[in-house]
Amino acid sequence: MNIFVLMKRTFDTEEKISISGGKINEDGAEFIINPYDEYAIEEAIQVRDAQGGEVTVITVGSEEAEKQLRTALAMGADKAVLINTEDDLEYSDQFTTAKILAEYLKDKDADLIIGGNVAIDGGSGQVGPRVAELLNIPYVTTITNLEINGSTVTVVRDVEGDSEVIETSLPLLVTAQQGLNEPRYPSLPGIMKAKKKPLDELELDDLDLEEDDVEAKTKTIEIYLPAQKQAGKVLEGELADQVKELVSLLHNEAKVV
Amino acid sequence: MNFELTKEQQMVKDMVKEFAEKEVAPKAVHVDKTGEFPVQTFEKMGQLGLLGIPFPEKYGGSGGDTISYAIAVEEIGKACGSTGLSYAAAVSLGASPIYYFGTEEQKQHFLVPLASGKGLGAFGLTEPNAGSDAGGTRTKAVLEGDEYVINGEKCFITNAEYAKTITVTAVTGKDERGKNIISAILVPTDTAGLTINSNYEKLGVRGSNTSEIILENVRVPKENLLGDPTGGFKQFLYTLDGGRISIAALSVGIAQAALEKAINYAKERTQFGQPIAKFQAIQFKLADMAMEIELARNMVYKAAWLKDNGKPFTKESAYAKLFASEAGFRACNQAVQIHGGYGYMREYEVERYLRDIKLMEIGEGTSEIQRLVIARQLV
Repeated sequence: MNIFVLMKRTFDTEEKISISGGKINEDGAEFIINPYDEYAIEEAIQVRDAQGGEVTVITVGSEEAEKQLRTALAMGADKAVLINTEDDLEYSDQFTTAKILAEYLKDKDADLIIGGNVAIDGGSGQVGPRVAELLNIPYVTTITNLEINGSTVTVVRDVEGDSEVIETSLPLLVTAQQGLNEPRYPSLPGIMKAKKKPLDELELDDLDLEEDDVEAKTKTIEIYLPAQKQAGKVLEGELADQVKELVSLLHNEAKVV
Repeated sequence: MNFELTKEQQMVKDMVKEFAEKEVAPKAVHVDKTGEFPVQTFEKMGQLGLLGIPFPEKYGGSGGDTISYAIAVEEIGKACGSTGLSYAAAVSLGASPIYYFGTEEQKQHFLVPLASGKGLGAFGLTEPNAGSDAGGTRTKAVLEGDEYVINGEKCFITNAEYAKTITVTAVTGKDERGKNIISAILVPTDTAGLTINSNYEKLGVRGSNTSEIILENVRVPKENLLGDPTGGFKQFLYTLDGGRISIAALSVGIAQAALEKAINYAKERTQFGQPIAKFQAIQFKLADMAMEIELARNMVYKAAWLKDNGKPFTKESAYAKLFASEAGFRACNQAVQIHGGYGYMREYEVERYLRDIKLMEIGEGTSEIQRLVIARQLV
């Protein structure tokens, strides 16, 4: 089984994030594998261990992503591919990433492609489905279970808390939802072996892509932090008066009733 | 000169940090309160290859370096001092001497299970009348036919109750000057005549197992003699040099935990109308703590680097252990002070750091012994 994982390096949203000059400040940020992609990596390794084959982890990004790729290799992936767009692209969006990934994958005879359901930074959840569309293969998003029997695949999909069971076939692209599995820690021998595993670095040229082919379809107008939460208001006085005041505030100030 | 960790070292740090936060830290209060040895944690650490970091793959290890190992000890120790101590002792004192001095056969038989995490090792050096003064060793091993017969008593042995193998030091004869020859002998813990008691009531590192060992006519094959039959003394000096790096790393971990707790508390605690972190008296304490911890960490890395590069590290590992344990004690003490009355209460955990870190100034050679070791390298 030829398995590919789409992985994104992202900042850790549990750490403090600051913005300067309209951009997220990368100096103080911690960078991690997008947590949903960790489920994807784990699932790919489990499928490979059960069915045989090979797991290749791909990312589109900069040199910096090598650390996250190595971590995926340390978890147990066999190969990693970094498509480095640092020198070619100043701005990219989901279209750009999907186009590059699809171009890379089109002649790879992938049986199964797994991505995260969303990246915790942008949160668009578009790259996976777009890649499947470009490759003209079926896809199922936000999956919580995956069973492969020959060429029949049974998938459980999370639908806002309910489950939908879908039967489909390979080749297939799925995106992982929380609950799909419990990602393993990279073991120490795994970390040491990771440095000997192949990590290929490609650029747009290697994929016969021009900058125009992948030019972003969207523009980012502004990046800003959520508004600081205002201090709450504590009402005082007789209970009946408080209720009156509350209703009046909800009506006039908050304008919700 | 390069102060950056390698990618592998950084990955080890990230992995162990995450593991320690999720699996070790949540049990730290329970482990301290009950004195229960965290067996399951060690099983998980074994599966992840943490117990074999500095040993090659052919001996069941992970093929990492001493720096990676020191990083792992720091992160585990930051989460739980007890777990950190047992971890450091299992690798540096339990498994390492077999790796340094064992024959190929001994390594396959005794080191592989320890390095691959299927068991813990222990080092039986200290006796009621001997520790750093190895000359006082009373335990005797007499060769009878193909077996050594060992009699004696060991005390304060970390991990012994949970160990598969204990490396026991014993007097095996006298040299031409009439001085005791000390050898190291590998004793499987299921050997008849070996009794292990764990009745100590300790101030800190309470979840780390500490045992007394009584050896009564314990018979092991003569092949279990470790390394040079007359060089036991030199061997354990070298073993202790390595062990000091891990105790230093553990001190840094505990002190770092205390610093982080102190910073958070100082930012939250309001007195006289502002967070106490705004007071210079508190800021100066935090500045000293952070500075000393970073200096100690640098010394740990340097000693580990020297060891990894095959250079002498006796003096540097003693520097690291002495400075890290004393600076760490100061940091933990100040963390309690910054917390005031709350710091004296168990709920805030900083008092545990203070109790745990006190051992670092005592175990594997007291601060006074470290100064002796350093001075001997100078004059």
